[in-house]
Amino acid sequence: MSQPNTSESVFGASVLRREDARFLTGRGRYTDDVTLPGTTYAAFVRSPHAHARIRAIDIGRAQKVRGVRAIFTGAQLAAGGVNGIPTAWLLPDIKLPPHPPLAVDRARYVGEAVAVVIADNAYVARDAADLVNVDYETLPAVVDTEGAASATTLVHDIAPANRCFHWSLGDAAAVDAAFRDAAHIVRQRLLNQRLAAVAMEPRSALASYDKATEDLTLWVTSQNPHVHRLIMGAFVLGVPEHKFRVIAPDVGGGFGSKIFIYPEECVLAWATKQIARPVKWTATRSESFLTDAQGRDHVTDVELALDAEGHILGLRVKTIANLGAYLSLFAPCVPTYLYGTLLSGVYKIPAIHVEVDAVFTNTTPVDAYRGAGRPEAAYLLERIVDIAAKQIGMNPAALRRQNFIPADAFPYQTPVALQYDSGNYAPALDLALRKLDYPKILEEQAQARKQGRYVGIGISTYIEACSIAPSQVVGSLGAQAGLWESASVRVHPTGKVSVFTGSHAHGQGHETTFAQLASHDLGIPMADIEIVHGDTAAVPFGMGSYGSRSAAVGGTAIHNAIGKIKDKAKRIAAHLLEAAPEDITEENGKYFVRGAPDRAKGFGELALTAYLAHNLPRDVEPGLEANSFYDPSNFTFPFGAHIAVVEVSRATGDVKVLKYVAVDDVGNVINPMIVDGMVHGGIAQGIAQALWEEVRFDDNGQPLNASLMTYAVPRADQLPSFDTARTVTPSPVNPLGIKGAGETGTIASTPAVANAVMDALAPFGVTHLDMPLTPEKLWTAMESAGEQRRA
Amino acid sequence: MHPASFDYSAPSTVDEAVRLLAEHGDGAKLLAGGHSLLPLMKLRFAQPTHVVDLRRIPSLRGIRRDGNLLAIGAMTTYAELAASRELFDTATAIVDAASQVGDPQVRNRGTIGGSIAHADPAADIPATMLALGASFVAQGQSGRRFIAAGEFFRDLYTTALSADELLVEIRVPVSISRAGSAYAKHPHPATRFALVGVAAAIELERMSDRVQRARVAVTGLANTPLRAIAVEEALTGQVADPDHIIAAAEHLVASAEETGAYKAQLARTCAEAALRKAAERAQ
Repeated sequence: MSQPNTSESVFGASVLRREDARFLTGRGRYTDDVTLPGTTYAAFVRSPHAHARIRAIDIGRAQKVRGVRAIFTGAQLAAGGVNGIPTAWLLPDIKLPPHPPLAVDRARYVGEAVAVVIADNAYVARDAADLVNVDYETLPAVVDTEGAASATTLVHDIAPANRCFHWSLGDAAAVDAAFRDAAHIVRQRLLNQRLAAVAMEPRSALASYDKATEDLTLWVTSQNPHVHRLIMGAFVLGVPEHKFRVIAPDVGGGFGSKIFIYPEECVLAWATKQIARPVKWTATRSESFLTDAQGRDHVTDVELALDAEGHILGLRVKTIANLGAYLSLFAPCVPTYLYGTLLSGVYKIPAIHVEVDAVFTNTTPVDAYRGAGRPEAAYLLERIVDIAAKQIGMNPAALRRQNFIPADAFPYQTPVALQYDSGNYAPALDLALRKLDYPKILEEQAQARKQGRYVGIGISTYIEACSIAPSQVVGSLGAQAGLWESASVRVHPTGKVSVFTGSHAHGQGHETTFAQLASHDLGIPMADIEIVHGDTAAVPFGMGSYGSRSAAVGGTAIHNAIGKIKDKAKRIAAHLLEAAPEDITEENGKYFVRGAPDRAKGFGELALTAYLAHNLPRDVEPGLEANSFYDPSNFTFPFGAHIAVVEVSRATGDVKVLKYVAVDDVGNVINPMIVDGMVHGGIAQGIAQALWEEVRFDDNGQPLNASLMTYAVPRADQLPSFDTARTVTPSPVNPLGIKGAGETGTIASTPAVANAVMDALAPFGVTHLDMPLTPEKLWTAMESAGEQRRA
Repeated sequence: MHPASFDYSAPSTVDEAVRLLAEHGDGAKLLAGGHSLLPLMKLRFAQPTHVVDLRRIPSLRGIRRDGNLLAIGAMTTYAELAASRELFDTATAIVDAASQVGDPQVRNRGTIGGSIAHADPAADIPATMLALGASFVAQGQSGRRFIAAGEFFRDLYTTALSADELLVEIRVPVSISRAGSAYAKHPHPATRFALVGVAAAIELERMSDRVQRARVAVTGLANTPLRAIAVEEALTGQVADPDHIIAAAEHLVASAEETGAYKAQLARTCAEAALRKAAERAQ
């Protein structure tokens, strides 16, 4: 555990987060905190049915409620020129059903917005919304992921068999050959259950149209305000981008769920102009559970072929991915390019083939959720490797180690499209085993079993792809956007600096880490640096934060922009010192002729010189400001080894996580404390998937646990203290050597814990149970298996 | 979350609260700690027209010893119960239960009377009331009456209180002999409400380690907390050692047919834990 450092410090130090003072004292400014003069409030009428035809909408009674300003339906929006919400990732033969912000003739999931009521306050809006009478004709609902293809009901008429797309990657013939030659074939069906993101701050929006200037402003809980502006402006609303400002102020958690364009903000941005008043809406927790895009929901058949010594020969994966009722913004890429491409893991697998059928169902839309595709890949691979070790009688650490891609094989081309930039997998596993004292734990496990206590050890050696993404590569794979990042560095005349980043912080601590990075690069104190993000009027077009990309891509853009600043500062210093620019060097913000540090020009002096412009080289313009748009040449590939030790109670099925060791390699680290924090949070979320969380619907598509009373998010007292460490293999992709750290915990921990629980249940002959591994499920399995160990 | 509109009063006496209840009839709801009522109102599952807030009535708060009785004001919070030395010495099961309710915020607001009167089938407090043989003081327009805990819980969210009555006090008999009580629960991972909870109270014979009287109540197996008579009978007259406790708790497995094998199993493990602790405390 790294020690926080309160002194002014730079790259690699655990500087305390500057944003925490305002967050911890309730002074953050979130979307719901913004209120304009004359603000009105929206309440949405939502479908109580998973699938229903809308025969009529009667707003008569609702309209008469005092304080109601307007009521709009889907038909009115369509007539008013509002288009459907598009998807930003296309695949061959993908079905693209329209997604109107308010349902027009059919509602396709419980919670889908059907009408909006706008009133002078939120109470009246809700009162009136409850009086809107929608005449529904209920239709059979398609709910089950596996059953969607054979359902007689179609969620969208344009998608036969409810199929959105079929996608495959890899060499099927090579995999068939590998299986023909295999000494061992291991098969398992795995469910990766649906999860809710549950950001602490619910989604919220405030839209305001200024009739005088014709400017539209939208405050919204977004991880990527420019993406919101582009897609809403150009595709949904037809508002010119230069007259549309999107502000994502403090945002309280996203986990992916705030990447996407949602119906509510589109409705508000259109309605504000119609009623000539600002309109605000903030989701209730119930609305969050019903309508925030959810994650995972895969059913997978996986087969692994190994030779007699346990070398992996081939991997065959067939997955059905449930996309929910509509295509959310990035839904198509999650179970494909963020999933199938990661199926080599950290292993040398000569042949891989993956097929994915993506289906529509009458459930909440599914899109990227922390890890997005990569946790699904890691889970199936780490489970099947563990099952293989058990089946062929090898130690799971040894089986993994002998299949690692060797350290001298990088850059390594996998059979599933990606080229890994760097890696050194054995040291991470060895360190994790050493920290745990693996031989001792194995001995303790054996002792415990003799006493009738069921302890299990679970290993997960994962990989993940960050630094999303090289624009040309993703463009060729279907992305409708480039995935570079922007930065603008503005040096003020006094030498103080504003850094404008296209990345967006919603918990990551960018105001601290990016200031550390800029402080390090410029050689000036952090206190002189301000990080600005989240406002399209302030920041150059940027792609936002998701996929653990901010430090690797956004940070590099800042680094590159600062490089231009320093080049210009050197030219000015050279002019002042009557030297050649190439002879000027910089240390701690002092610019001097190499070897003559006592005649130095300070950064502040150079900034003032640039702005006074009284004495500049002839070809140097006044001012000191630079932009960078950095497009990475490749993804980066963090990796690591996580090990969980659990005990399962024979009496109750309760799982106690006794120990948790996490060794991650995320390349160079700007702020170890912040990375530890992200790792801790990720592990908690991943353990929660293994043990507690699951979004459930009944056969009619009614959500069964859409509240914090019933959906079990992790709590601190259920978790052990995490023992974290790092190995450092800098990425060669970017000049900072950074890989990305935001999702490693969720990717690694789920299979580690699932493997540990299955290991604990090995004496009962239980080889696999699907998550979440609830006490009731485990107790029932132990009961019905009976104890075989003593037999 | 925006509740439907309602009127609000905060009377300073019980009489005034009772009068308001009578005046507003079915539309009135009493507000104690608010941890059950307010979420229901925010979801609009409950839409009272008049909310009568009890927090300004000083006589409803506090714990006092009255001879062989403990009198607990209905508005006493879980946090106050959990911190009470008096309760710890004489009715430990209540301390066990109160200290496991929800989280610190809930314990600082939620009240013993609110829990009992709301009669949530997963609440912790009601089972302890049955095990400790408590009785409740209700006050209505026609005056005060006593209701035994065993008569009080009628069904899901349904009690013996009539519409114009207010629960004002909880009375717990205090045993002078060798007595101990405990509460053990298996919490729901999301709410921390009891999936199953068992309260046990044991009195030992004066001259031996045999059980003179055992009272065991289970929450989570039915719409109301239930006495586990078979467990009590199995233990009475026996030494309260681990073997007898395990054998007695085994009787809860019989409930598996109605509640499912897993809940029955949890009831058994909770009963073992509660009985073990109660027996220890009775020594």
